[in-house]
Amino acid sequence: MAYSEQVIDHYENPRNVGKMDEADAQVGTGMVGAPACGDVMRLQIKVSEEGVIEDAKFKTYGCGSAIASSSLVTEWMKGMTIDEAGEIRNSSISEELALPPVKIHCSVLAEDAIKAAIDDYKSKQ
Amino acid sequence: MKLPLYLDYSSTTPVDPRVAKLMCDCLTQEGNFGNPASRSHFYGWQAEEAVETARRQVADLVNADPREIVWTSGATESNNLAIKGIAHFYQKKGKHIITSKIEHKAVLDTTRQLEREGFEVTYLDPDTDGLISPAMVQDAMREDTILVSLMHVNNEIGVVTDLAAIGEITRAAKVFFHVDAAQSPGKVAIDLEAMKVDLMSFSAHKVYGPKGIGALYVRRKPRVRLEAQMHGGGHERGMRSGTLPTHQIVGMGAAFAIANEEMAEENQRILALRQRLWDGVSDMEEVYLNGSIDQRVAGNANISFNYVEGESLLMSLRELAVSSGSACTSASLEPSYVLRALGMNDELAHSSIRFSIGRFTTPEDVDQAIAQVRKAVTKLRELSPLWDMYKDGVDLNSVQWAAH
Repeated sequence: MAYSEQVIDHYENPRNVGKMDEADAQVGTGMVGAPACGDVMRLQIKVSEEGVIEDAKFKTYGCGSAIASSSLVTEWMKGMTIDEAGEIRNSSISEELALPPVKIHCSVLAEDAIKAAIDDYKSKQ
Repeated sequence: MKLPLYLDYSSTTPVDPRVAKLMCDCLTQEGNFGNPASRSHFYGWQAEEAVETARRQVADLVNADPREIVWTSGATESNNLAIKGIAHFYQKKGKHIITSKIEHKAVLDTTRQLEREGFEVTYLDPDTDGLISPAMVQDAMREDTILVSLMHVNNEIGVVTDLAAIGEITRAAKVFFHVDAAQSPGKVAIDLEAMKVDLMSFSAHKVYGPKGIGALYVRRKPRVRLEAQMHGGGHERGMRSGTLPTHQIVGMGAAFAIANEEMAEENQRILALRQRLWDGVSDMEEVYLNGSIDQRVAGNANISFNYVEGESLLMSLRELAVSSGSACTSASLEPSYVLRALGMNDELAHSSIRFSIGRFTTPEDVDQAIAQVRKAVTKLRELSPLWDMYKDGVDLNSVQWAAH
């Protein structure tokens, strides 16, 4: 199990761990994955009136790479518009974290989580 | 570099310094280097004497006759020899074999091979405590059953099979009973005069002896015959050819002799340490000990920490040398087939850690392990959405997961 330094960094010092109020109209929540697969990510965004992501929080049940992928995207998303956030691709995530082939699916799940959070936010507007 | 704390004694043990010293004396020119099969000179006689002393030491631990001990390269080879040896020799009597789903792969892979050769194998399911009962064996017996193969102590969850009771059943049915006892010597008493066991596999490296040497007990009364798997010079009464490695055998004999002497006291000490470990983590919520607590060897604690994923848990426990499931599956990170056979779901099986305590473990080691485990589990639960949901009272089984 050789983890890259970036993965270890996010694992030791995860950014933006936490929970937002799902009922808040400005909050979008995306929950993807399944316990049986060993990966569940919950990503939440708080979006301003102008459509800018002011805050993002995550919680992940999964391996080091899954935790790092979700932590990384919360960092990236803050300050982006929801359209920009929707452009984040798993390839950028896996490149940034130097994920080995067997862990690419963790970055795919993170991309799915972003889209799910955005969809949830939009459905409330 | 600071070495991790070793708590993986079920996987292997360091050689006891007392044993290593004796082994080294059998290597070089000044030592006992002769070929034990050399009948014509002193070097051979001296080596043979050391081999026969070791044979007696192994036999003494298990109350067997030394003539019933056959040296092999390890428990894996012993399992192969016993199972294939009986199957091929007695196949005219029948071609049905009974074993269990939680055997070591050395047994399971061997029975799979026999299935490819046309034998039929029944794989018994353990109960939720991980135990195979005599009744289960009885129910599976057929007219054409020739062999039952069950492990004495399970390597993953440490539970102990009731060999005496099962032996009664197999003997009454005139079916051979083979036991994989790789994990037992030094931990559980074995009395082969009293137990109706026909073949038993032993390993040295699980009991502070070297790797690469083991033995197979082959009963003389009533007589058990086998087809040899290693052909050559006819060593070990034709059952296993190959020059006997004096240094390895001396090592195994010495390890077994020490186990014989120190087992009672060591078990008490180790049991106290295991209790200490369990007490130190069991007050956390959703922590489970896997397998029977009573019918279990002292040093094994296989524990699941719910809502925490296994690989991330192992990553957090980098300073502890432990394993998730068994060593033979840890490379692939599949959820343990043993835990799944107990009826455990995948997540709980994935989040299990096997701590195995041994001769050189101290109370300070255990306290350090406790501290690290508590820290890791607490941190990972803070990161876990499943833990959140559990705390909020959500029934995870009722959730519709958006799996990708």
